[in-house]
Amino acid sequence: MNAIIAEGLVKTFGSGDKAVKAVSGVDLTVDEGTVVSMLGPNGAGKTTTVRMLTTLLPIDGGRALVAGYDVADQPQAVRSSIGLSGQFAAVDENLTGRENLWMFGRLYQLSSKQAARRADELLEQFSLTDAADRPSKTYSGGMRRRLDLAGSLVIHPKILFLDEPTTGLDPASRLDLWDIIRQRVRGGATILLTTQYLEEADALADRIVVIDHGRIIAEGTADELKAKVGGERIEVVVHDPALMQRAIEILQRGSDGQCVVDEHTRKLTVPTTMGSKGLVHVIRDLDEHKVEIDDIALRRPTLDDVFLELTGRHAEDEAASTDAAAGTDAAAGTDAAAKEAAK
Amino acid sequence: MSTTDLTPSTTTQPPKNSGLSQVLNDTMIIAWRNIRGGLRVPDTQIYMFIQPIMFVLLFAYVFGGAIQVPGAENIAGAYREYLMAGIFVQTMAFAVAPASVGLADDMHKGLIDRFRSLPMARSGVIAGRVVSDLASQFVVLIIMMICGLIVGWRVHNGVLPFLGGVGLMLLFAFAMLWVGALIGLSVGNPQVAASAGLIWLFPVVFLSNAFVPPESMPTVVRNIAEWNPISALVAAARDLFGNQSIIVSDAWPMQNAVLAALLWCVVIIGVFAPLAVRKYKAAASK
Ligand SMILES: Nc1ncnc2c1ncn2[C@@H]1O[C@H](COP(=O)(O)OP(=O)(O)OP(=O)(O)O)[C@@H](O)[C@H]1O
Ligand SMILES: [Mg+2]
Repeated sequence: MNAIIAEGLVKTFGSGDKAVKAVSGVDLTVDEGTVVSMLGPNGAGKTTTVRMLTTLLPIDGGRALVAGYDVADQPQAVRSSIGLSGQFAAVDENLTGRENLWMFGRLYQLSSKQAARRADELLEQFSLTDAADRPSKTYSGGMRRRLDLAGSLVIHPKILFLDEPTTGLDPASRLDLWDIIRQRVRGGATILLTTQYLEEADALADRIVVIDHGRIIAEGTADELKAKVGGERIEVVVHDPALMQRAIEILQRGSDGQCVVDEHTRKLTVPTTMGSKGLVHVIRDLDEHKVEIDDIALRRPTLDDVFLELTGRHAEDEAASTDAAAGTDAAAGTDAAAKEAAK
Repeated sequence: MSTTDLTPSTTTQPPKNSGLSQVLNDTMIIAWRNIRGGLRVPDTQIYMFIQPIMFVLLFAYVFGGAIQVPGAENIAGAYREYLMAGIFVQTMAFAVAPASVGLADDMHKGLIDRFRSLPMARSGVIAGRVVSDLASQFVVLIIMMICGLIVGWRVHNGVLPFLGGVGLMLLFAFAMLWVGALIGLSVGNPQVAASAGLIWLFPVVFLSNAFVPPESMPTVVRNIAEWNPISALVAAARDLFGNQSIIVSDAWPMQNAVLAALLWCVVIIGVFAPLAVRKYKAAASK
């Protein structure tokens, strides 16, 4: 059974020359009881997709079912099945944490007593009990974020949309939140979560979809994606540029992948399948051949690596040029995708 | 992977209220949050009182001496009696400001998005804003009336017309709150809303009989003033409170001020309430 089904979702902002195609033909299915993570750089269209699925933005093309209800035709039914925590914490800063949660409960049509009890539970769960009766404008960014997340859990929603839920949280709070998310999943909830961190997607998601320029460019489990990127790699910074060639030979020997050379920073990168054991071999070999190094590390693939692999571009360059690129893309892509969606 | 079907289970689904009771519930919750939150930032409320009080002092004691009330040229203090209805109407018209700033602020902070993702009544957020702002306008009106009594304003027509006058003022505030709601949701930024809500209102209020009798204006301006909705409201208030409503003008709205005022309120509500609700449904936060 699919908790979320999206077919050919399209969203265009503006019109004419200035049209920005934020989402151009996203297909997505999320099975009930699973966590799907949407991974993508700034401006990829994550928030826009979430906003369409949660009834906040009209859908320009395509179709979406959430909890079995058509998002366009039965928005109210969708709303009573979902919890949403948007990218930026949206709590009433003049109300206390407790008042905020009580209000959300009441607006989900809980009785005053039910809402109060639920607020207590959530405050406890999100470690906000001490600050519960202070106006939320006195909260730190992370506390506000946690309050916002608590607000999305008021009714034990069957389907949760979390847009970059851990951005701005300290490591401890991030781990706490991961626990809460896992608890929800054990309780049967379905979660669509966006993130910019592969690590987070890795820790939580059953499946990852990578989105860029409003299109899904890859999907699979974390392992499948990492395999695409080539798994772990060893990075070496050679001290003496004259010894670069020797170092390359040594690295190449212990790996069946291609060694990437950056002359400028004297950095060599080579894929490895042996983890830290491979690292030890390389260090020993380099030492034996008297190649002095400034730095050496075993690196796991990052979002940037996935991006580099999938698009041939760095995620950061991507973010910087997104708006301009999306603009031109939009002009060309609009008709085709709209036709696609109309089918 | 679970295979349970997706029909909402009773354990996670809150009881469904029927349409009207849900609208009322949601409206009152939002009104509660506005008042509760508003009381924690009293400075904004204080400005709402200070401005009309300054107007009373300015007009009663500075400009007032130079303004003649037709038909009461030689009566001492006549202008202050004349002035107060104008102040009341102006104060009610300025209800635009809190409504537009409040909603723009909610939109700016992403709260409107949040509310729109909840299974609440579509009109609840605006209606709640209107209810809470109407309550604070009522308090402001009472304070202005006390100010009026202090500077010499009196009610001459008995209790029922007085209550009618108060009701009319609140109806007008109610109408203007919808205008404010539309502005706030359209601009979506509290700073812009603060000026966009009021900047057009000053000329509209000054081009009326609120502070200066239209009889003293050039013909064209005078005609505009006589048909200005503000003038109808002010004239109606003067009628109902019995403040020097010696009508010199024979323009229809001045002759039938109470009826004209009611009609204007109905028209404003009829136009702006649906527009505001529609804007809310389509609102996208900036
Ligand atoms: N209201 C809007 N008007 C115009 N363009 C918009 C609007 N909202 C989003 N966009 C554009 O749509 C594109 C996708 O934006 P979106 O917010 O969905 O990205 P995102 O993946 O959530 O990025 P981030 O990681 O920065 O949150 C961007 O190019 C953005 O500029
Ligand atoms: Mg986003």
